[in-house]
Amino acid sequence: MIIHYGYKDGSGEYFISIDTDECDGCGKCVEACPQGVLETRTMMIDLEDKLVATVTEEHRKKIKYSCAPCKPEGRPPCVLACERRAIIHTWKLVGK
Amino acid sequence: MEKEYWRWPEYRRTVPGEDWTKARVITAGVDVGSVSSKAVIMIDGELYAYSIMRTGSSSPDSANKAMERAIEGTGMKLDDIHYVVGTGYGRVNVPFANRAITEIACHARGANYIWGPTVRTLMDMGGQDCKAIRCDEKGRVTAFLMNDKCAAGTGRGMEVIADLLSIPIEDVGPTSLMVEKEPEPVSSTCVVFAKSEAVGLLRKGWPKEMVLAAFCSAMARRIAELLERIKVEKDFAITGGIAKNIGVVRRLEEIIGIKALPRKEGFDPMVAGGIGAALFAKALYEKERQSA
Amino acid sequence: MKTITTGIDMGSKNVKVVILKDAKVLAKGLTLSGFDQKEAAEKVFNEVLKKASLSLDDVDQIVATGAGKEVAPHANGDISMVGADALGGYFLFPSARTIIDVGAEEGRAVRCDERGRMIDFVINEKCAAGAGTFVEAMARALEVKLEEMGLLSLKAERTVPMNAQCTIFAESEVVTLIHEKTSKADIARAIHDAIADRITSMTRRLGIQRDVVLAGGVAKNIGFVNSIERALGKKLLIPKEPEFVGALGAALAPLR
Repeated sequence: MIIHYGYKDGSGEYFISIDTDECDGCGKCVEACPQGVLETRTMMIDLEDKLVATVTEEHRKKIKYSCAPCKPEGRPPCVLACERRAIIHTWKLVGK
Repeated sequence: MEKEYWRWPEYRRTVPGEDWTKARVITAGVDVGSVSSKAVIMIDGELYAYSIMRTGSSSPDSANKAMERAIEGTGMKLDDIHYVVGTGYGRVNVPFANRAITEIACHARGANYIWGPTVRTLMDMGGQDCKAIRCDEKGRVTAFLMNDKCAAGTGRGMEVIADLLSIPIEDVGPTSLMVEKEPEPVSSTCVVFAKSEAVGLLRKGWPKEMVLAAFCSAMARRIAELLERIKVEKDFAITGGIAKNIGVVRRLEEIIGIKALPRKEGFDPMVAGGIGAALFAKALYEKERQSA
Repeated sequence: MKTITTGIDMGSKNVKVVILKDAKVLAKGLTLSGFDQKEAAEKVFNEVLKKASLSLDDVDQIVATGAGKEVAPHANGDISMVGADALGGYFLFPSARTIIDVGAEEGRAVRCDERGRMIDFVINEKCAAGAGTFVEAMARALEVKLEEMGLLSLKAERTVPMNAQCTIFAESEVVTLIHEKTSKADIARAIHDAIADRITSMTRRLGIQRDVVLAGGVAKNIGFVNSIERALGKKLLIPKEPEFVGALGAALAPLR
């Protein structure tokens, strides 16, 4: 399952998308993030519990702000750290 | 007391002709949302009764109230229920739940139950969020997105305009369709700025139904943008309060070019999450009994 | 020959006009944009001309900036808001390398070099939570006058987190906090901290270099200044009349 954490509002769109099928809960993206946006957590997927990376509750609504300093329009540390390509970052300001 | 324009009325329902005393497995799903709390009772995996109540300041209280209302008049007691799953924003605060499961899974499972295995895309809009879900023929989630950061594209966004125009939520949809010519959608995504825009339109002499049409059109676009990220695949279903707003539903169908599955008689679109939770409750109960 | 230039900042809330003569401020004025921004601009422009004892013909260049710059009366040039911020901020403080401008509907940050030329910028637009409108809306929810918000927030005793990142949801959160008997001072501080946090995060994209100038109407709010200085860990340079920085920058544009 692909989970898109984040939002689109008047100012742009900001998402961290994690593929829970590919993610093995290794935690490398968590370590790579300088802002503590990510964490590993046990989730119930198809009636089974699995350890996967997620965006922390605190940062889910602040991805625009929390991730801004990393300039995620390029390839931010979390994406570079993942060997299974389980994480994608979208960060787009509208207009200018 | 100020009239709350955007709150759907509270009520309960028992499916006629069903007898819970003959059931093997009785389960319940309690979906505590930011605005409304829903309790659903299922017997042997079939819908038996449900309630839709306002969420108050305390999640546990809201869960209790919803549950009490759901069993009201059925002769059932809380103890008769074999397994309860809590879901929704307040899921960890359902005091009598055996387990909490995220609403994503519950909504998909619920939609699968209501409409069947052809559902592949689901949009659920609650009071303070909007979810876009892709699922398979068994109601298992394959992709999911939730906006609960921005009021645009949430029930709360609709309330701001309904309040401004003093139009009760049940009338918003039909009123917005009373326009002869469809106006341009409101240009601001941000509800704060959209409200200023609406005020400006009213000053220019726009009648209420036109302002409403412009706003519903903008909201439909917001939803369509959200759905774009997960790609809409037929069949497409809508749950949550917004399903009852024909003004937004029709415009959304027009934008994405796909008609939503029609509402099923007897299934309030707001209880899909609770239904899914009650079905998971049955599966978990049976799983536990097997391994016991 | 003495050059007279004018800058008109067509802000969504206020229109600001500055008249310069050889890079010295002759006169300035401000008025609410209201429902007819063009009309308001015309009015304040004429008022400022009068204050400077000038007529329209005396002015060599009229440069517009701001959200409504397309409809600025009499303008024969325009400049982006970030461009105006850089020029205006650097003019007032030659040591300025980062300029943050929080207007009614938009928050901006600009980096400039040692000669005041713009190197990079970031704009936080179309979301009320990142601009002055946020503080106004929260003041209404708190039932406090906007001008009193700053002072009130400085009386805070506790740090209270604010979870909502949307102005509409924050309004509900404030109501809940009031129900829970949180003091208005603590809530006011939380409000200023929340928006300061957002502005700071966006500015960090540019790399924050001293000196940092704070411009725009919100800079008059001592609560906001306090919050943003804490968030940045730096003291800010704030002009005496921060809302005029954009119009000043626009008036300086032809003199570059």
